[in-house]
Amino acid sequence: MAIVDWANPSRFLKIANPAIKWLGGFTVVAFAFGISQAIMAPDDYQQGATVKIMFLHVPGAWLGMLGWLVMSIAALGTLVWRHPLADVTAKAAAPIGAAFTLMCLVTGSLWGRPMWGTYWVWDARLTSVLVLFLLYLGVIALWRTVEEPSRAARAAAILTLVGAVDLPIIKFSVDWWNTLHQGASVFRLSAPTIDPSILIPLLVMAVAFTLLFVTLLLAAMRNEILRRRVRSVRLMQASVAG
Amino acid sequence: MEGANHLSFILAAYAVAIAVVAALVAWVTLDYRAQSAKLAEFEKRGIARGAAGRALMKEAEEEV
Repeated sequence: MAIVDWANPSRFLKIANPAIKWLGGFTVVAFAFGISQAIMAPDDYQQGATVKIMFLHVPGAWLGMLGWLVMSIAALGTLVWRHPLADVTAKAAAPIGAAFTLMCLVTGSLWGRPMWGTYWVWDARLTSVLVLFLLYLGVIALWRTVEEPSRAARAAAILTLVGAVDLPIIKFSVDWWNTLHQGASVFRLSAPTIDPSILIPLLVMAVAFTLLFVTLLLAAMRNEILRRRVRSVRLMQASVAG
Repeated sequence: MEGANHLSFILAAYAVAIAVVAALVAWVTLDYRAQSAKLAEFEKRGIARGAAGRALMKEAEEEV
């Protein structure tokens, strides 16, 4: 059986229903472990206790970018293969990615005030993440504006692929320009620059947030498939009545 | 003392994260209930999707 056959909406629902419950359980366990690790993590020698904001801010940033990456792959599925689950995935991922990007921006701002002396600066990293958030809002608005799902999917897919340019800009902004934001400290060609006593809680929290992201994505995709079923029944009723 | 000065920023960051996660969980849960309720209502009224649904609707119309 081809992968495409496995990815039909009815089969997806059969797999998604138990998967959401299991993933939800794993997410709760991962957060319990991650938060206990975060509480026990020592203060940073420069940043003091505010380093604990990193356990929220960094996963938020990673998942904000992951959300757009998922949407970009789904956009290819919509435009190239016209797969029914591709636009369902893209539509479901947008609000989740937007929420994590917002979490990244707000927690970053709350971390910046005590460390930099300001909530916000228009430097390359902060501005490119704000642009990502605005792109998310644009895609969500597009989905809500165009009523016909397949037309909305194509328009959103084009905007998504154009917006994907922002992902490498976010990642490399700290290398390409002088910014107030610190450089990469986990994903580097050489070893991470963070001490293991802080790196391990960070990675556990990142796993917990990623599990949450996947659980929410599957649940939102299930909702979108049900919404389309409701829509098709209504259209059928309207056509018979007409 | 520095830790105590910055405690409000740390607590505010965690409060924001909890609010974002709670909003996302509430959104998917309430949306699932709403869509399931609509489909259950159609099912209760004997309305199915696809060809079977169209046939049922036609029959109902003819009876009226």
